[in-house]
Amino acid sequence: MTVIEVKNLVKVFNNKIKAVDGINFEVKQGEIFGFLGPNGAGKTTTLNILCALTKPTEGEAKICEYDVITQPEEVRKCIGIVFQDMSLDDRLTARENLELHARLYGVPKSERKKRIDDVLELAELKDREKSIVKTFSGGMKRRLELARGLIHHPRVLFLDEPTLGLDPQTRKHIWDYILKLKKEHGITIMLTTHYMEEADELCDRIAIMDHGKIIALDTSKNLKDSLGGDSIILDLKDEDIKKGMKIFKDSKPFNGQLFLSVKNAGREIKRILEIAKKNNIDVLEINIRRPTLNDVFLSLTGKEIREETPNLKEQLKNRMPGR
Amino acid sequence: MNHEIEAIYTVWLREMIRYVRARERIISSIAQPIFWLLIFGSSMRMSMPTGGLNYQAFITPGIIVMAIMFTSMFSGISVIWDRELGFMKEMLVAPVSRISIVAGKCFGGATTAVIQGILVLLISLALGTKIDLISFLILLPIMMLIALGVVGMGVAIASVLESMEGFGVIMNFVIMPMFFLSGALFPINNLPDWLKIITYIDPVTYDVELTRYIMIGFSSINIMLSFIAVLGFTCATLLIGAFLFNRRS
Repeated sequence: MTVIEVKNLVKVFNNKIKAVDGINFEVKQGEIFGFLGPNGAGKTTTLNILCALTKPTEGEAKICEYDVITQPEEVRKCIGIVFQDMSLDDRLTARENLELHARLYGVPKSERKKRIDDVLELAELKDREKSIVKTFSGGMKRRLELARGLIHHPRVLFLDEPTLGLDPQTRKHIWDYILKLKKEHGITIMLTTHYMEEADELCDRIAIMDHGKIIALDTSKNLKDSLGGDSIILDLKDEDIKKGMKIFKDSKPFNGQLFLSVKNAGREIKRILEIAKKNNIDVLEINIRRPTLNDVFLSLTGKEIREETPNLKEQLKNRMPGR
Repeated sequence: MNHEIEAIYTVWLREMIRYVRARERIISSIAQPIFWLLIFGSSMRMSMPTGGLNYQAFITPGIIVMAIMFTSMFSGISVIWDRELGFMKEMLVAPVSRISIVAGKCFGGATTAVIQGILVLLISLALGTKIDLISFLILLPIMMLIALGVVGMGVAIASVLESMEGFGVIMNFVIMPMFFLSGALFPINNLPDWLKIITYIDPVTYDVELTRYIMIGFSSINIMLSFIAVLGFTCATLLIGAFLFNRRS
């Protein structure tokens, strides 16, 4: 069943800046769908349109068959959102934050307590429910936000850069948590990220976005396979490089090394070494490289997805003791 | 409709929890009025022509209005804080109307301001002010009305301001002059004409006159006029506040 349906979506800011430039895609029930791209690619704008926070300039988008332009309230009732920036009230306790959310989303009084207990359990925050959020670590706050997004039993969960600025260990913890949501609750998740490993680890399908356009959309495996397989990198003496180029087809010299494109590096490495030996080529060093999503992005756009640290304002905000 | 009322109540509830938790804020905003009542009230007693009225009794209503004003302004402007905190986003994406959010915010802020006003009134009772029960009961809705007017103004200002940095400027150049020009500390009858005109333009003048009339039965302005001015100001700021809030988000 299709849960998210997007057709020709365009968003222009101030009559000139095209943040989203005619994108199309569909997301099925129970899928984790990721938007991967550098900062400013239009990921968050797309998300804001799907959450009925921003109106698109052109095109249409439907969430759970509700139109984001004409039925924003219905859309908001069936989605959960976790923003890029913290959106908890840090003077309140964990439980109070969840309580306010349940009331705002009209969760019936008889069910409130149980649902809050459930999500606290899920987020492993039950023992901290009465603590003021200000005392929480970054990872705990994130888990609480994820938990909060689930109280009203949304059918789709939107996550905007869910692990931005978290340390690797906490990031792994959040990933496990997201995978658990998919596995145990069958919830549809749509996330944006500019971390390749995150997209790789979590997403069933990935839309690579740049300059407001979706430039590729497939599973992580298919995207990487589209590059035509692995690379074997041979470190050779200068005179051997020319020789090697003649012997191996699909080879390219680069920076004093010879790059060979092969289907499966593990399987072909033995054969390559044998050929080299037979032709008296002295292999100084050998490296294998499997394509990453970054290579996919590189081959599509000619640039890399920069792994940016959160900007200065963000860092200061996170470091400042609660106000 | 029921859900919208629930939403207003939810936003109000949050304001209450935050208020109760910010003890230092409660204490500091009560301390200031006490200083005014004690130090200013006692020291200026001889130099003010209040026509036989005890000066401390004369300024007590003004000091109560001051407490309400400052707390209300603070609550209204806290919309900026909510924005910076990110919690505003959480409220805005909820399936409730923006009017409910701003209404909950205003009622919550006004309720905390009225509580502050009552606390100052209780302190002034300890310092010798007298008020009968009927007057007190009439005073409550009037305090609420005054508080809502200033919260509305705060929300309107917060919707225009970019950051909390402008808060000091607003306090010094809007709230303080409004308070000092209101006749909270001196009778406006004896003022030179040019100053009189300014006090008549200042909406806080009517807040003070109305409160003073209810508390000690003394007013320099027709009481109906004061009431209509207070009501009109509150309606206007709430409408403008809600409009600007809606446009901003």
